Amino acid sequence: MRYDAPIAAVGNTPLVRLPRLSPSADVRIWAKLEDRNPTGSVKDRPALHMVEQAEKDGRLTPGCTILEPTSGNTGISLAMAARLKGYRMVCVMPENTSQERRDLLGMWGAEIVPSPAAGGSNTAVRVAKELAERNPDWVMLYQYGNPDNAGAHYATTGPEILADLPSVTHFVAGLGTTGTLMGVGRYLREKKPDVKIVAAEPRYDDLVYGLRNLDEGFVPELYDASVLTTRYSVGSADAVTRTRELLRQEGIFAGVSTGAALHAALGVGKKAVAASESADIVFVVADGGWKYLSTGVYTAATTEEAIETLQGQLWA
Amino acid sequence: MAIEVRIPTILRTYTGGAKAVEGSGSTLAELFTDLDTRHAGIRDRIVDADKGDQLRRFVNVYLNDEDVRFLDGIETKVGDGDSITILPAVAGGALEKRMA
Repeated sequence: MRYDAPIAAVGNTPLVRLPRLSPSADVRIWAKLEDRNPTGSVKDRPALHMVEQAEKDGRLTPGCTILEPTSGNTGISLAMAARLKGYRMVCVMPENTSQERRDLLGMWGAEIVPSPAAGGSNTAVRVAKELAERNPDWVMLYQYGNPDNAGAHYATTGPEILADLPSVTHFVAGLGTTGTLMGVGRYLREKKPDVKIVAAEPRYDDLVYGLRNLDEGFVPELYDASVLTTRYSVGSADAVTRTRELLRQEGIFAGVSTGAALHAALGVGKKAVAASESADIVFVVADGGWKYLSTGVYTAATTEEAIETLQGQLWA
Repeated sequence: MAIEVRIPTILRTYTGGAKAVEGSGSTLAELFTDLDTRHAGIRDRIVDADKGDQLRRFVNVYLNDEDVRFLDGIETKVGDGDSITILPAVAGGALEKRMA
């Protein structure tokens, strides 16, 4: 495939069947490889779309400063788009985020404003909103409430999946900003009313609950429960186990939140097998494992040790 | 018929500190009634007698990791080999409220 510029190469990612992890010949699991985007994550889609829509309606003009609360991927995508398009980029990020993410953001020229670790992304959102008030000329694209976030997936990810796999029965993705689930969910439901939209939500152990406390009550403005068919809550141990299975059995090197999505995909797959139904289950590989290598979950000798290394850490 | 039930820290006073216990029943309602025969008082912390024995608002229950509010709630069918996880909805469960 040929593109006129690197930034034009966002999307059109491969959809691959997982022959070893699919539960049966009739119940098939498919991975949408969003790590194949220019900066290595699914967030290139909403980031670019939000920037281009803001340019179109005149909110973003040459020389503008873009501000965004982000724990990583969206910031990295926006920073890349900002550099190529000539904007200044400021990210508000929890102070306990990994060094890799800081380096990646810095590499693309973003400035980082740290927010307190307690409260995670919820606190980052609050700090960003305060910064936006003090700097009225800065443009906050605000992925949690920007309809163009879900709009990117409605316009691209959804149609790509349906074109590649008209028999799709389930779509599974992580529940963060909810943009992927809302956008793909709405598109697929319009074309195939019976399609099941499944959210995979991270579940942390007791140790992390203190850290997460403030995060729990946060509901992104984009969220619309009616789009979802069901919701899975996936613990750290299952997320790590699936991440390693995906690597070992199918050769796909993905981030830990992808393991959580795979766990939910296998959960709905198991139910389809039990009900003697056939199914084509698509789940999203949101990013590769590179940014999480330092956690040790890939290199630990056993899955038990890998689970141990992730104890008490946020992974999605 | 054994169903594994994972107990959150806050309810472990009823299970002698055990993180997981076993129970039986063909629905969640039956399972929680069965649990209460060995762990007296636990059922009342999970279901709300004033709301027709529905799940308490700030309690989340998962069947094999799937949120039972998207299944049949307290009447969700369970069986041998299933795993139930009970979790408190921290900070008021705003998400649950919207999802209900």
